[in-house]
Amino acid sequence: MAVGQLAHGASGIGTGRRSRWERRRSLTGFLFVLPALVIVGIFFLIPLGFAIWMSLTRWNIAGFQEFVGLANYEAILGDRQFRSAVLFTTVYTLVVTVLTFLIGFALALLVRAEERRLVVLRTMFYLPVVIGTAVGSFIFLWLFNDQVGAVNGVLRALGIIDQNIVWLANPETAFITLIAMITWKSAGFAMIVLLIGMQAVPADLYESARVDGASGRQQMWHITVPLIRPTIALVIILLVTGSYLAFDQFYIITRGGPNNSTITAVYWIYNQAFIGFKLGYATAMSVVLMAFLIVLSAIQLRLLRRDATEV
Amino acid sequence: MTAITTEAPSPRRGLLARRGSRDAIFLAGLVVAVLFVAPLVWTAITSVKPPAEASAAPPTGLPSRIDGANYETLTTYGEGILAYLANSVVVSAITIMGTLLIGTLAGYGFSRFSFPLKNVAFIVILATLMIPFQSVVIPLFVVLKQLGLTNSLLGVALVYITFQLPFSVFVMRNAFDKVPRELEESALVDGCSQGRMLRSVMLPLVMPGVVTIGLFAFLAAWNEFFAALILLTNQKSFTLPILLLSARQGLWNNIDWGALQAGVTITMIPCLVFYVVLQRYYVSGLSAGAVKG
Repeated sequence: MAVGQLAHGASGIGTGRRSRWERRRSLTGFLFVLPALVIVGIFFLIPLGFAIWMSLTRWNIAGFQEFVGLANYEAILGDRQFRSAVLFTTVYTLVVTVLTFLIGFALALLVRAEERRLVVLRTMFYLPVVIGTAVGSFIFLWLFNDQVGAVNGVLRALGIIDQNIVWLANPETAFITLIAMITWKSAGFAMIVLLIGMQAVPADLYESARVDGASGRQQMWHITVPLIRPTIALVIILLVTGSYLAFDQFYIITRGGPNNSTITAVYWIYNQAFIGFKLGYATAMSVVLMAFLIVLSAIQLRLLRRDATEV
Repeated sequence: MTAITTEAPSPRRGLLARRGSRDAIFLAGLVVAVLFVAPLVWTAITSVKPPAEASAAPPTGLPSRIDGANYETLTTYGEGILAYLANSVVVSAITIMGTLLIGTLAGYGFSRFSFPLKNVAFIVILATLMIPFQSVVIPLFVVLKQLGLTNSLLGVALVYITFQLPFSVFVMRNAFDKVPRELEESALVDGCSQGRMLRSVMLPLVMPGVVTIGLFAFLAAWNEFFAALILLTNQKSFTLPILLLSARQGLWNNIDWGALQAGVTITMIPCLVFYVVLQRYYVSGLSAGAVKG
């Protein structure tokens, strides 16, 4: 694009030149966006379309075998492990979402005042978020190890237990280990997002409520909560989606055990695709999971919108 | 909160009471915050224990002496820890550079130009955010295999760039939107070329956005586990999180806890340092996302 064309366009010289200028300018804009579109096309849109096709085929490690129509989807209906994985993932999602949200909310209330020392606390709460789920999982694999782990050591020192708990040996304690890790790792995230929402609430609302004699608790229920409802909904949608897609900690800490009691939906898809090499079938399951999550997010978003207009 | 009363107390007492309750809130917060940081600190401390102490049952307290043996052990695994560190650095560097370049150009294009189907293009890029990576990973694996990009650091980085783009394009478009149009118009009138104008007039003004998307790209690429696990199956091409898995899977038979903690420490320290130093860019990025949501 030649020098000065922008200025010519702005001053509006003759319509013929202007439209040619506009065409060139629109091409320039498109060229700026093109690399992003190419990348998204190759690594996202093509795989996405390809997923639909693969889900209708028998596909193994050697590649395409045969077109099977909807047979994979029918097989999903009879897959007991997939059903129990979805059920387990749902329970996990509910527990993680409720716990992480409540802890994140409490932390946000704790550190929301504009004080330097509270900013330090915010940073401390946030550090586990930035290290990655895999690294967090390795740390908790070690902390909850029955022999060398610090958790048993601390519980014994406090006199809460007198025998080491073998955390990963039974489903309930293994579940506690996983929940402890992910809550520790994501409470800071919920806190920061809620804090951003809280800081957008005009301070004079609290001021006038205080003048009217509203207690701290009343201010929270009648000002903070209603006004940050969109933020609350955002945090919940992110927690729900993230939990439904959980994989790393299950692969690293429990490896789906004990007795297949901690197999999540994505874990089972991974297992069928890259251990069992049933790539077509596994793709069909991921299409089902994707559709389920899109519907779930749409429902949550609709609930949020309605709530937001009611306020 | 109890310090807030309807009747106006004497200013002095009110101030003292309020300061007292603030101190109480801070102390309560501090106790919880120490609990949050403790696993990270304890991991780092354990990594410099002599190996026998690091694997002692029951666990010991502070190290009897500072010992680098766990880190030395890491140099003997596979290709040696430095090779895997280099893999992680390469993947992160490609991801950051690709995200910055492509994200900034697209952000500028969406902010300043109009062209047919512009909104459709924007939504297509943002859709990457709404459809989880996990649901396209199997076909993606097949496509990358066709392109010869499995077991390739470039292949993994391209996947990471793709999934950083929606956030990055969004942030950069907003950043360019805030720059007054008159600035670039007068630069062009002064005879500045489009490329030079972007580099020397616009880029400094949108630098906060660039730092934000670079930081997010780094954290995502450095920590990512699922795609790396699937796309990198050759031990030579492992990134750090996948290398750590070798300890878990008993490749080295019994888990060497000291070496594992040394590996975890090496992996987490860059994230912690970058986050603490660039925190305000991180939070501004989150705000942009939260406002959109």
